[in-house]
Amino acid sequence: MNLRLVKSFSVIGFTLTLAACSSVSLDDAASGDAGAAGGMGGASASGVMDPFNPSSVLATDRSVYFEFNSYSVGEQYRPLVNTHAQYLASNPEQTILIEGNTDARGGAEYNLALGNRRAEAVRRMMTLIGARDAQIETISFGKEKPKALGDTEADYAENRRADIVYLR
Amino acid sequence: MSRSIFKNLTFFFASIATMALVSSPVNAQLRVDISGTGAQQFPVAVADFSGDPAGRLIAEVIRADLTRSGQFRLINTTGAELSVDSQIAFKEWRIRGADYVAYGSVSQVAEGQYEVKYRLVDVINEQELDAVAINGTDRELRRIAHQVADRIYEKITGVPGVFATRIAYVLKQGNTYELQIADADGQNPQIALRSREPIISPAWSPDGKKLAYVSFESGKPVVYVHELASSQRVPVANFKGNNSAPAWSPDGQTLAVVLTRDGLSQIYLVNAADGSNLRRLTRSPLIDTEPVFSPDGQSIFFTSDRSGKPQIYQIPVTGGEARRVTFNGDYNISPRISPDGQNLLVVTRRDGQFRVGLVDLATGNETLLTDGPDDQSPSFAPNGKQVLYAAKQGGRNMLAGVSSDGRMRQTLSVLNGEIREPTWGPYGQNP
Repeated sequence: MNLRLVKSFSVIGFTLTLAACSSVSLDDAASGDAGAAGGMGGASASGVMDPFNPSSVLATDRSVYFEFNSYSVGEQYRPLVNTHAQYLASNPEQTILIEGNTDARGGAEYNLALGNRRAEAVRRMMTLIGARDAQIETISFGKEKPKALGDTEADYAENRRADIVYLR
Repeated sequence: MSRSIFKNLTFFFASIATMALVSSPVNAQLRVDISGTGAQQFPVAVADFSGDPAGRLIAEVIRADLTRSGQFRLINTTGAELSVDSQIAFKEWRIRGADYVAYGSVSQVAEGQYEVKYRLVDVINEQELDAVAINGTDRELRRIAHQVADRIYEKITGVPGVFATRIAYVLKQGNTYELQIADADGQNPQIALRSREPIISPAWSPDGKKLAYVSFESGKPVVYVHELASSQRVPVANFKGNNSAPAWSPDGQTLAVVLTRDGLSQIYLVNAADGSNLRRLTRSPLIDTEPVFSPDGQSIFFTSDRSGKPQIYQIPVTGGEARRVTFNGDYNISPRISPDGQNLLVVTRRDGQFRVGLVDLATGNETLLTDGPDDQSPSFAPNGKQVLYAAKQGGRNMLAGVSSDGRMRQTLSVLNGEIREPTWGPYGQNP
């Protein structure tokens, strides 16, 4: 949870300032992700590769955040996407949903399409790494189901997001 | 029932002076505010209809309708005491400043059954323009008043009125979403669907008997067609991924929908009755969404970001090359075509503000009708003279209207909820 918070704050910092110093903090957050991903197959608690175990990195790190009106997966989220894709590749029976979301600004339908495009960007990256098409369904909630309910930049940043959801 | 209508209309009377029209206590949360005036205002006197207490209230609904259009200036009728058979003192009305006088009578012909008779005269040319009798139940008196207002509007302006039409919108209260249908003045709301999950993109069938919409009730967006009289619903697009943005062909036979079954959002056509005969219309590597048929049914306007930013394009309904239509600004979405096919409504983002714009398709000239900051979901009244949209003020979503020349604006707010995704229904949709 702490990791999640740090990550989302650093995304906010990036959005607000676009300054070099916040890039550094983004890298920090990304290296945190990479560390978690590196723990894959290891003995630490977060290294348990079970999406249904709440302490597993597959359960704790399952959100990719996006810039305003953007659908490209940032460099800092590639380790996270890689971790999930490798798990899917080695567990071919497992299926997931990728849910795209947007912030509240703009039209409902265009945001629905934009949220889908975000989810698709994550899906494509996963299939390049070895997950199979049939394992992944992408859907979008657009701006209709915001996680953060306020109107601040921080709320908007939290809502520009694709979530990876493992299906039982 | 007649008492509740009486109460309803009394509220109209009490509040008209402030231009804040409040409905009956049951839906007392509705509030209408009007600003601006029309380019031309016809001076018209609407006398209280005589013969029954309902007559005064019918006249109030007519006056409120005409006032809201911005195209009329109401002349004081104090002491007029006119019935439908009265001789009109043309000179006296000219002195009062009226060019037109509307008057009539109401009689209860049976228990709960009324006959409304009305006449409209031109006091300048001293001639009768209209005379009609309309029968209905007590609960139909508001609709009858709207129909009379429509006749007055058409006789004087030459354009059919839209006061007796209906609108659809989504009301969000807490975590509850209601698809509601109301009269064009926002009164008399009826609930078509209530859900815990979002509802977006309602679209009227051309005959006004059905709504297509997107409901998230199954956990993801699915397109339904909902027959209002029977409340029967059919899922017409429920494929893998998202299903959204329904639009009716002018003949009501075909729905354009947006699906992500093949990857990104693309436009497809299905039979409106049952979702059969799926065929893909657009093939772009990027987002294509928000289809809307041209009035002749031959082409579809839609939003696409194929140029990098969302813009409006037009494509033949048989497929082929898409032509870009909007060029001002880097964010134009939510196209709607005027009934005459000559103008395009869009939502355009300028300096971070979402505003409703009107684009002349022949010249490309653009008029910004609203100021933002977050105006969405515009639609034309069926006569093309008014535009309904969703506005955000003080952090709350509300209904708003603007005349197609941008001069006259109104808002209709709900104190305990947010109004979203409004859309104006067609003519001739009596329940």
